[in-house]
Formats: sequence, structure tokens, C-alpha cells
Amino acid sequence: MKYVQNPHDLKSWIQEARDLVQAEIPPNEVEWVPSEELYLELENPTPLSDKPSIYEVPKAFLILAETVACHRNPEKWALLYCILWKLIFKDKHLLQVGLDESVRTCQVMIKQVRRDCHKMKAFVRFRALSVAENSAEKHYVSWYEPEHLIVQRMAPFFQKRFTQMRWSILTPDECMHWNGKKLFFSNGASKVDAPEGDDYENLWLTYYQNTFNAARLKVKAMQTEMPKKYWKNLPEATLIESLIEKGQAMDISRKFDAH
Amino acid sequence: MLSLSDKLAILSDAAKYDASCASSGTDNRNSLNGKGIGSAGGMGICHSYTPDGRCISLLKILMTNFCIYDCLYCINRKSSNTPRARLKPEEIVSLTLNFYKRNYIEGLFLSSGIIRNADYTMECIIAVARTLRKVHDFRGYIHLKTIPDASKELIADAGNWADRLSINVELPKKQSLAKLAPEKNAEDIEASIQRIHQKEVEYEAAKRQKPKVKPPRFAPAGQSTQMIVGADDSNDLNILNRANTLYNSYKLRRVYYSAYSPIPEPSSDLPPIAPPLVREHRLYQADWLLRFYGFKVDEIVNESSLDLDLHCDPKMSWAMRNPDFFPIDLNQASREEMLRVPGLGVRNVDRILNIRRWHLIRLEDLQKIRISLKKILPYIELVNYHPKRAHFNSFQSIECSSRLNQMELFSAKTTAANGEL
Repeated sequence: MKYVQNPHDLKSWIQEARDLVQAEIPPNEVEWVPSEELYLELENPTPLSDKPSIYEVPKAFLILAETVACHRNPEKWALLYCILWKLIFKDKHLLQVGLDESVRTCQVMIKQVRRDCHKMKAFVRFRALSVAENSAEKHYVSWYEPEHLIVQRMAPFFQKRFTQMRWSILTPDECMHWNGKKLFFSNGASKVDAPEGDDYENLWLTYYQNTFNAARLKVKAMQTEMPKKYWKNLPEATLIESLIEKGQAMDISRKFDAH
Repeated sequence: MLSLSDKLAILSDAAKYDASCASSGTDNRNSLNGKGIGSAGGMGICHSYTPDGRCISLLKILMTNFCIYDCLYCINRKSSNTPRARLKPEEIVSLTLNFYKRNYIEGLFLSSGIIRNADYTMECIIAVARTLRKVHDFRGYIHLKTIPDASKELIADAGNWADRLSINVELPKKQSLAKLAPEKNAEDIEASIQRIHQKEVEYEAAKRQKPKVKPPRFAPAGQSTQMIVGADDSNDLNILNRANTLYNSYKLRRVYYSAYSPIPEPSSDLPPIAPPLVREHRLYQADWLLRFYGFKVDEIVNESSLDLDLHCDPKMSWAMRNPDFFPIDLNQASREEMLRVPGLGVRNVDRILNIRRWHLIRLEDLQKIRISLKKILPYIELVNYHPKRAHFNSFQSIECSSRLNQMELFSAKTTAANGEL
């Protein structure tokens, strides 16, 4: 068995996988191990090959791998290697047909990563801090907990949208910052690092409760799209319980009227 | 003196009966080369959801809920004593920008009660959008409600700043509108929808000529409308026929169906209870069948069955009425035929077509792409699966009767009152 340390990003995985393929080591003889479980120095690192890679993989594989690499499940590396192996040595149409077990698992992971990205676009909430006393300039800071490793992937979206703002998004994995010109990343943070409260938050809550129509309660529909796990970082979620009660009260009085 | 918060409360409460909150389908843009903030294009983003199951994508408010009209179904009608407020243009601009900067919203959906006259109201609405775009270089999404009687020039100007325009037809039948909204006129509304469509056509044509100077933008996300369901006696055939005409004649992006929601202090000309919410749901399903599944209105509802079946989705209903159409051989059938199989959606049909390019479809393949076999098996045929016609017939009768039994667990009255099944 060949033990390989889990790479920390796709680029190092590609390096590793290229060497493994060139040494023709099949997936069932490779074990991808988290670095903290690696007690022994690897005795047999894959000999680095200076030959250029002679194998071609479809571009679709790299696109797939980019998204899969954002998944939090570390088994993604072994899975990707398995697909790479099959693409090279077995079936180059594997991805197009889309029925292979590993490809399907990847597709599920991709769906989860994409959903997580979409939810991050939606549920990040910024709070404005004054940059200095008496300064009108604001620094918009958000605390967000993505399910997957998507911070870098999401950077362009926020950069293109909030170009003329100074902002930071803090997450447990890593943080990103934009100063109006440049984007940079720093180590993970914790919730206490993020500001509390904001001038507009009360107005937002006012809007949230008044745009709600108590005459049509559909709690399940809300939760499918906005599951409870997101509520802890959404200021408006503190109102949900009381709004549901309001809706239920209305429902009861209406039934009473109907009888 | 009302505070900003009081005004926001009144004017968002007054705006919530408009179902539309879409922020999708406009042209792609961002702020990289701009002086402000905002991006748009592609999929819309829903920033939050309220317990009524609706999403919050836009700041949806009225500029004012003072109104000189007296539409009986509307909470803001002249004769209602709902609290009134009016936001200044700069207050709306500031709310939009500050909500946007905190990532609460995709943009603004601005509508208004009619004050003074149609043109004056339209001009006030346009002023807000123009300030957002010109002064603040705001590139987020803007949806403007168009006042039906506003002048042609104002409608053209509105489309210059907005991503989407909408005029509500309100009620499916012209007679109902005349009765419940005396100041509104169905012909005028349709004429305005027609004018917006005409401007869209001109804009598309101008773009196609690839001129050196870009033609003035006109509502790249198109126009939509809304019909209130259950405030008058229109049946689903009336509603779907009207929607179908609007889609075909004016290429509307969306028709929204809004189950009439009893408003405080309703007029006695209105029904005392809301229609079941499931009726609204069935109308949306039927609307999808018209737009994406190749169905015609008279295949869904017709003179012999005027309303949609509340117990059964319209596609399943059609399948039950047309057993001879099935089974469909998934290895031979056209895309259009497969789209008629209950349980097969557009995406799965396209997946099946893709697999078919490589090999014959077998039962296992359907399992692998996670299609619910239980639902589709009675309607399909595969290399290794040939249903007996008898099986098909017995299956559908079981399906139907179990649904009906479930229904009877609830009294008709409760169902009518809360709209849940």
C-alpha cells in the first residue's frame, strides 16, 4: 500500500496524482491519509518524475475537480484519483455518460458545494464599523460559517459586487478582505472577532416582519430554503418564532370565524 | 410625525400582496469598472425567507400607500382606513443602498398608490430609480411597477433604469375588474402591456444591429404581471387562458398567481375566506406545463372540467385521462413525449437523452440518476421492463383513491380556511 498525505489544495493534489499515474499505481493501492495521522515520515515518497506528463485528461475533469476540491469531506482526494485512473486507463467518456459510481458521488458533492456557494451569496450579513472616530468611511464586516471550503471560490463574487466598499468576511477556515483595490486572505477567525449590531439592522428587522404575510403560513417551505443551521448568523431569524405564532393565532381566529 | 421605521413598516406591509420577488434573468453586470456597488445577472439570489414561505430578494415597498383609486381587493384603497405614509425619494434611495451594502437584498422593487394622477406617480417612481443609477451608479436589480395610464414617454424612461417592469392585470376577467376596481380598465392595462412589449421588441432589434453607440437600455429582465386568484368567480380555465394569451401576445417572462389574502376591513363584495393555497400551487404547476412542457391550455382545463384538480397535480391528472398515451418507451420516445411522463422533469429528461447517446437505457440507469421509480414505472417501457397494461390501470386507480382518502381526513371547511392538505 502506498500512503500519501492529503494535499491541502487541488494544485498539490494534481502534482501528487500526476506522479502516481506515471508510476502506474492503481487507486486501490493508494491510501490518502490526513497529515495528523501520519506518524512516520513517508519512507517511500513517489519518485518525482521530471518527464512531462504524457497523459491527457478532459478539461471537464479539471472543472469537476475544482469544485470537488472545495468539499469538506477529505475522501474527495481518493475519489478524484479513482476517476482520474478510470479516465486514463479505462473509459475516456466516463464523465459524459455520468453513470459511474464515483462520478455520481462527485456529482452529489458538487451539488452540495454549489448550494453552499449560493447560500453564502445569500446569507452573508455585513455590519458597518466606522473606520475611525468622526469618519464617514465604513468597514463592512461579516461573520459567516460556510459548510464547505468555499471562501476563495466566493471571493470574485463579493469583489465584483461590493467593489467600492471596504469589507471583510470572517470564517472559521480563513478570512478574506477587500480594501477597494486588493483582495487578501488571512487565517481563520472566531465569532467574537466580528462586530455586534449595526444601525440598519433594526430597519431590516422591521422590513422582515412587515413583508411577512401572516395570513399564509408555510413554515416548511421556508425551512427547505433556509434551514435552521443558517439561523444563528442571520439577524432576522430571531423574529421567526414570534411571526409563526402570529400566523397560527390568525389561523385559529379565522377558523373560529368560519364556524 | 412618523419615523423612518414607522414608514418602512407601513409601506412594506402595504406592498407584500405582490407575489413577485424575482431578481433573475437580467443582463450580466458588476461594479468592477464602476463608481458604486452592485452586480446582477444569471440566477437570482434569495437573501432570506419569511415563515409564509416566500423569499426576500428585493426591498419591496410602496413609495406611498395614499391612493386616489378605490379597488375593493386592495388594502390601500381610498376608502380603507389603513394607516398611511409616504417615503421621500432620498429615503428610498438610502434604504436601498444601505440594505444592499449589508447584503440583505438584490435590489429594489418599487410600487406606489396613485397620487394626483398616473403620470405624476410614475415620474416619482422613475426619479428614485434614476437617482440610484445615475447619482450612485447602483448596478443591482430594480423592478418598477408601471402605472397603467402613464404616458408612453414615461414608460420608455422607466425601462431605461429598470431591469423589470410590471403591470398587474389584477383579475382574470374584464367584468370583474370593472366591478371591483372601478377606476381601472382592462383594455388600458393590456394596452400598456402591449406598449412595454413594443419597446422590448425595438430594444432587441436595435441591439441586433450592433450599433457603435449602445441603444438605450430597456428592461432587460422583461415584464411580468400578477393575477389575484379567488377574489372573483373566475375559474381556472379563465385564469389559464388569460395567462396563455399574455405569454403568447406579449412574451411576458412571468405571470404570478396570488391567492386572494383576506385584507383587514374587506369590502362585502369580496369572499369572506381565502381560496385554498393549494389552488395557487396547482396554477403554478399548470403554468409550468404551458411554458416548459409543451402542454396546451385545453389539455389541462377545458369546458368539461373548468378547474384544476386540487388533489392531483395537473400532469398526473392528464396522464390519468390519457392512458392510451402510455407506456412511453424511454429508448425511442421524443423529448416532448418523455416530458409528459409523471415524475419526469425537464432535467431528468435531458439526462436520459444524454445517456441514450451512449447506450440503451435500463432500469438500473434510472435508479442511478435517482429518479423515483415508484412514480414513473407505470408510465414507461425499457429494454428490461415492460409493464402490463392491466398493471397500469390498476396502479392509477389505487393512486387516485388513496389520495382521495387522505383528503377526507380533513373537513372541507378546514381545508378551505387554511389551504393546507
